[in-house]
Amino acid sequence: MKNEAIKVLQKKKKNILENWMKFQLTDDGLREDLMSNDELRAQSDELLNALVDTLNDANIEDAGSNDFDPVTDVLSAISISRAKQGYTPRETGAYVFSLKDALMDVLQQEIKDPHELYLHTMRIGKLIDNFSIYIFETFIKGREDVILRQTDEITEISTPVIQVWEGILALPIIGTLDSARTQVVMENLLQKIVESESSIAILDISGVPAVDSLVAQHLIKTVSATRLMGAECIISGIRPEIAQTVVHLGIDLTNVQTKSSLASALKTAFTMLQLQVTRQKLNNATNHN
Amino acid sequence: MDKIPILKMGKLLLVTIQVDLYDRLAEALEGDLVQMIDKTGAQGVLIDISAVNIIDSFMGRIIGNIATMSKILDAETVVVGMQPAVAITLVELGLPMKGVFSALNVERGMELLQAKIARK
Repeated sequence: MKNEAIKVLQKKKKNILENWMKFQLTDDGLREDLMSNDELRAQSDELLNALVDTLNDANIEDAGSNDFDPVTDVLSAISISRAKQGYTPRETGAYVFSLKDALMDVLQQEIKDPHELYLHTMRIGKLIDNFSIYIFETFIKGREDVILRQTDEITEISTPVIQVWEGILALPIIGTLDSARTQVVMENLLQKIVESESSIAILDISGVPAVDSLVAQHLIKTVSATRLMGAECIISGIRPEIAQTVVHLGIDLTNVQTKSSLASALKTAFTMLQLQVTRQKLNNATNHN
Repeated sequence: MDKIPILKMGKLLLVTIQVDLYDRLAEALEGDLVQMIDKTGAQGVLIDISAVNIIDSFMGRIIGNIATMSKILDAETVVVGMQPAVAITLVELGLPMKGVFSALNVERGMELLQAKIARK
């Protein structure tokens, strides 16, 4: 025998939809600017159909049941599309809650016995609450995906490798160095060394807020990898505070060439490549100072 | 079994590894190379690994061994053309290959070796 509430809901599907639409259209949060009423009706109809069709005695108590896959599919599609369209989480949540109101209304009209009514109302309420939680989860997951993508992009663009001279590369690192970022930095640097046939790389860490033993470890790894490739690595931009922490932490940087500024690192690089920078002697006739 | 050719160029030995190294091949290379250094009295060894895409700790150690053995036999070793991925792997494996000199390409490696031999 089918649960009475389910029978009622299946029979009164049309009424529920009308009711639900009425709730939505009279709600203050209606966003006619984002979605037309016809579209809204189609969306609501789809969700209601999916819900009523999958509902049976066995799964009414178990919102996690696989039977509800069609419903959750529809819900996640709605949630994601609404997140993209610019609905607030409150509006998306209110959408599902208004369905609950519509369902309750119909149940109230059809079931006369107060005890039965209470029982069914509780069950349906619980089910819809679970769906609301699901829709929020999907909403947040959609946002998190965006954040993750942006993090990746920042990592990608924040490690530019610059060729400052023929055979000399500079890599200004801005921001904290973690394992994932070191990997990107290292790969970019080594790739560029191969492409440009550079023999010296300057790693400028003046934009790194703090150096702890982990960051130092990452720096030493980068230097070792560069050496293995056959290039020399200079670390520049070491601020006094960083020098202090490095010594206090007992990190051994003696095998690494370190310079306080990018300028002095460049000077060292020039010396290593046997290059010299000289002031040009201006011809008196053309000197208009 | 494959064999990695060892070419003699004046005072130098040139080894270009064109295939991915497997353990037996690497061990054979080690033996051959030491024999060759002894036979020719070479003063430098240049190992080109630009075609090697995969390296493990064993290969890393073999290359390190070759460098140490050559050093004992009075020849310098330079490894050239290491791929970025290989360099990262070696560092992650904790094998910084002490005693092995590196250069970006064969040309630079030759220059480095010549300079080292001239200094002797």
